[in-house]
Amino acid sequence: MTPLALTAFTATSCLGRGLDATLAALEAGRTGLVPCAFETVTLDTHVGEVPGVDAAHLPPELGEFDCRNNRLALLGLRQDGFDQAVRAAAGRLGPGRIGVWLGTSTSGILETELAYRRRDPATGALPGDFRYRGAHNTFSVAAFVRRALGLEGPAAVVSSACSSSAKVFASARRAIAAGLVDAAVVGGVDSLCLTTLYGFHSLQLVARNPCRPFDVARDGLSIGEAAAFALLERPGNSLAADSVLLLGTGESSDAWHMSAPHPEGRGAGAAMTEALVAAGLTAGDIDYINFHGTGTPSNDAAEARAVAAVLGERVPGSSTKGATGHTLGAAGGLEAVICALALRHGLMPGGVNTSAVDPELRVSYLRDSRRARLGRVMSNSFGFGGSNCSLIFGRAG
Amino acid sequence: MSAPLTAWVEGVGLLGPGLPGWAAAAEVLSGRAPYEARTTVIPPLECLPPAERRRTGKVVRLALSVGLEAVRNAGADAATLHAVFSSSGGDGENCHEICQVLAGAERQISPTRFHNSVHNAASGYWGIATGATAASNALCAHDASFAAGLLEALAQIRTDETAVLLIAYDADYPEPIRARRPIPDTFGVALLLTPTATKGSLARISAELSTAPAVLLPDTRLEALRAQVPAARSLPFLQMLARGEPGTVVIDYLEEQRLQLVVSPWH
Repeated sequence: MTPLALTAFTATSCLGRGLDATLAALEAGRTGLVPCAFETVTLDTHVGEVPGVDAAHLPPELGEFDCRNNRLALLGLRQDGFDQAVRAAAGRLGPGRIGVWLGTSTSGILETELAYRRRDPATGALPGDFRYRGAHNTFSVAAFVRRALGLEGPAAVVSSACSSSAKVFASARRAIAAGLVDAAVVGGVDSLCLTTLYGFHSLQLVARNPCRPFDVARDGLSIGEAAAFALLERPGNSLAADSVLLLGTGESSDAWHMSAPHPEGRGAGAAMTEALVAAGLTAGDIDYINFHGTGTPSNDAAEARAVAAVLGERVPGSSTKGATGHTLGAAGGLEAVICALALRHGLMPGGVNTSAVDPELRVSYLRDSRRARLGRVMSNSFGFGGSNCSLIFGRAG
Repeated sequence: MSAPLTAWVEGVGLLGPGLPGWAAAAEVLSGRAPYEARTTVIPPLECLPPAERRRTGKVVRLALSVGLEAVRNAGADAATLHAVFSSSGGDGENCHEICQVLAGAERQISPTRFHNSVHNAASGYWGIATGATAASNALCAHDASFAAGLLEALAQIRTDETAVLLIAYDADYPEPIRARRPIPDTFGVALLLTPTATKGSLARISAELSTAPAVLLPDTRLEALRAQVPAARSLPFLQMLARGEPGTVVIDYLEEQRLQLVVSPWH
């Protein structure tokens, strides 16, 4: 594929708002996971909650989109001058030439969950303030971001569970190559809600303590929330050396099981291979891999097999979910931004919380952050329904 | 858009109220047979193992049914195809059941309900049913979901030069969401699209963004369906395909823009 430049990017998660806070936490090996005190949830677990989400007020003209997910989106858009960068691009290219592809798994479902507690006792009707289009519908976050940024191009939400906001890079890549748009706002926004907290609990996939990806004693994931965005454009003639490029995307389906990965990581390996082919690279070209690494026994085992098969056992890698939690539909976007930071600052973030790497997982797992010049890195994202996506990013120089 | 996005339609699958499959629906849409409004009937799914079949709701059965019909009509092999699934609301019944349980004291969601709650559930079951391991997308664009799915498929055909199966589907919500999102019945459409013509091609389509108003349907009951079900925004295009005549049709997309499709029958 023709490389695309990430001309602006930002991330907000439990590690903090914006790139500086995210980078500082990754460098220090700090986790943002805390005992769950979200809403009325009584589960004994840790979550990666973003402080101050509900204090982010949507402008009155965008009030129809008000929900926790879109408040988190707004908080995210305002960091690192991302919104100004998009507006500047819209001024240059035209608002109709910039598309919006965002990933989310649950959108504004929290507001629906709360509305179901306030149904009319006589008729069962939802309260009058329930908003289907602006909050409940899966598209609401893309509709909101598009409107908030004044964009008029094509838009869609990709909602393929935990691969959602990795796959948006592939959709945007195709739309730009096909001439549908000249640039695209991509990323993911997913926020805490009862459906995912109690849902993953029902599958016995939630850890009590902060998750420990790739640890011999790993026992499940920790759920987080995040808003991460990037502006993708064709690279100009004068790229700074630390500019970050999207070099390759790979997508596949397990065709195996709704909630468990293929045990040999068949689909994961296919996605990684496709990304390498798209980038015109081979396994030896990858300097660091950001694992999907949820911390569930089966995910990490399947991913390690796939990585060992495609990239070998020597490429250093880590999961940053011990720091951020699993931000589900935002994970691909968040980890893409972490990869961009890794490339720009020459930092391989260590996987926090992991104390003894599982010897069965034949990968080179980084427990401590390491400084190194990185040329190309890979990010993996795998979701329910066997939806896999791998992305490769590189430095311009 | 710099150049229109083009593809060849190789097969169609369709299920909707009074539209039981593409062959029968084409008769109605072309005006050769009268429209008789009847509740959508979704045939039983034979393609999934019994354990998986028991776990699927009507939305998944709808999506898989129309997808299989399009593949069958095209004489294609489902296992080899890239897919784009697009739905405005996904599985509304499942969502309702989960919200109901979460509003109660126990909050014990069934694991099956939870894994069925993902918007890509139909895509996941499709893979299990057909063995298709290529990329499969799961999109939502509210009322624009059909055109958004079509654009995604056409961009993929342009850039990756591969056949893509588009499956757009929507189902009615149960109360109380139904009162706020009044989708009257289930409707699903599948198009098997290819980058080059084959001897079985039905038509060539060429798409570009437009600001012209969307075409309405002359039959008031079909027009009501078009206006009420996002996946049924495809009907004016399907009508042109059913007639087998060349022409241009504009379908709904996002608020300020529509999608213009130039349809050129192949045979």
